[in-house]
Amino acid sequence: MAKITVNQERCKGCGLCVNACPKKCIGFSSEINKIGYHYAVLKNEEACVGCGSCYQMCPDTCIEVYR
Amino acid sequence: MEKILSRPKALKDFPLSYCPGCGHGIVHRLVAQAIDDLGIRERTIAVAPVGCAVFAYNYFNFDTTEAPHGRPPAVATGIKRTNPDKIVFTYQGDGDLAAIGTAETIHCANRGENITVIFINNANYGMTGGQMAPTTLLGQVTETTPFGRDPLREGYPINVCELLAGLKGTKYIERVSVCDAPNVMKAGKAIKKAFQNQVEGRGYSFIEVVSHCPVDWGKTPLEATKWVKDEMLKIFPLGIIKDETK
Ligand SMILES: Cc1ncc(C[n+]2csc(CCOP(=O)(O)OP(=O)(O)O)c2C)c(N)n1
Ligand code: SF4
Ligand code: SF4
Ligand code: SF4
Ligand SMILES: [Mg+2]
Repeated sequence: MAKITVNQERCKGCGLCVNACPKKCIGFSSEINKIGYHYAVLKNEEACVGCGSCYQMCPDTCIEVYR
Repeated sequence: MEKILSRPKALKDFPLSYCPGCGHGIVHRLVAQAIDDLGIRERTIAVAPVGCAVFAYNYFNFDTTEAPHGRPPAVATGIKRTNPDKIVFTYQGDGDLAAIGTAETIHCANRGENITVIFINNANYGMTGGQMAPTTLLGQVTETTPFGRDPLREGYPINVCELLAGLKGTKYIERVSVCDAPNVMKAGKAIKKAFQNQVEGRGYSFIEVVSHCPVDWGKTPLEATKWVKDEMLKIFPLGIIKDETK
């Protein structure tokens, strides 16, 4: 059991977390946030192992990891 | 479920002015985490540079001053000598540290000041739109090398770690990168070690972070981290370059 949360208003949609996830469970929102980006979303909570790779790569510290 | 990873206390909950995907943000978090881990937030003072990190005082949750145009090592020297109980570090880009402030960098290192230096090598002057820096690779196209850096015209990339390792005053020098998650974790350990050295009074510690500047490189964040791995790390090899702390 693991999951992440993303600060939707701070996310700049850079995609570094999406690429870093070994389980490929992060994707982008279809809507844009107030600063104009498609933000990162945990698409597949079942697959998340709470490894923290996404957290490590996020330049804006938008991600929190739960396990 | 329990929260296992979140924002360190030493990093304010404040939006960063950096472009999407910029390496600076990752390094800010690593510095803040090291300061949290060592429990030194109440006695840390940062000196910020000119460059994209010029607003670091808005982001770090501890005292931060600003010494633009390569002067952080001189200002940090003054702060540390008058406040030896404080933990003092500079945070500088390659234009600031290795071009504009070369003299300050070298003499501070040579005096062996007991400070920590965090050096962000992103192979160009990021803030001003991507001009050549001393660390720009041969052949790299920048605003001021439109046909690529030519060694006959602009000289060679400077390996700052190796240069400083030759000075007797320097005690700990390591080069790391933030191009992928495993490297980010290694970089975090190196940064923590560089602060720990200062806490223990072991002398001048220098960490070079090979970082990415997607926007001025004209690349996506992913392409930029790949370019760090494929091109920059060939010229700037990772590892401990000098360790005289034992
Ligand atoms: C005296 C003076 N010269 C030049 C500049 C323009 N300037 C601002 S930031 C900078 C260099 C930034 O490059 P770097 O240190 O590599 O930082 P980065 O933005 O890449 O992190 C320069 C030359 C200035 N502000 N003042
Ligand atoms: S914690 Fe690991 S598995 Fe979960 S979303 Fe982040 S990178 Fe993917
Ligand atoms: S790394 Fe951070 S800023 Fe980039 S897309 Fe993921 S959550 Fe957003
Ligand atoms: S210009 Fe480059 S170094 Fe500066 S914030 Fe943008 S990506 Fe980062
Ligand atoms: Mg730079």
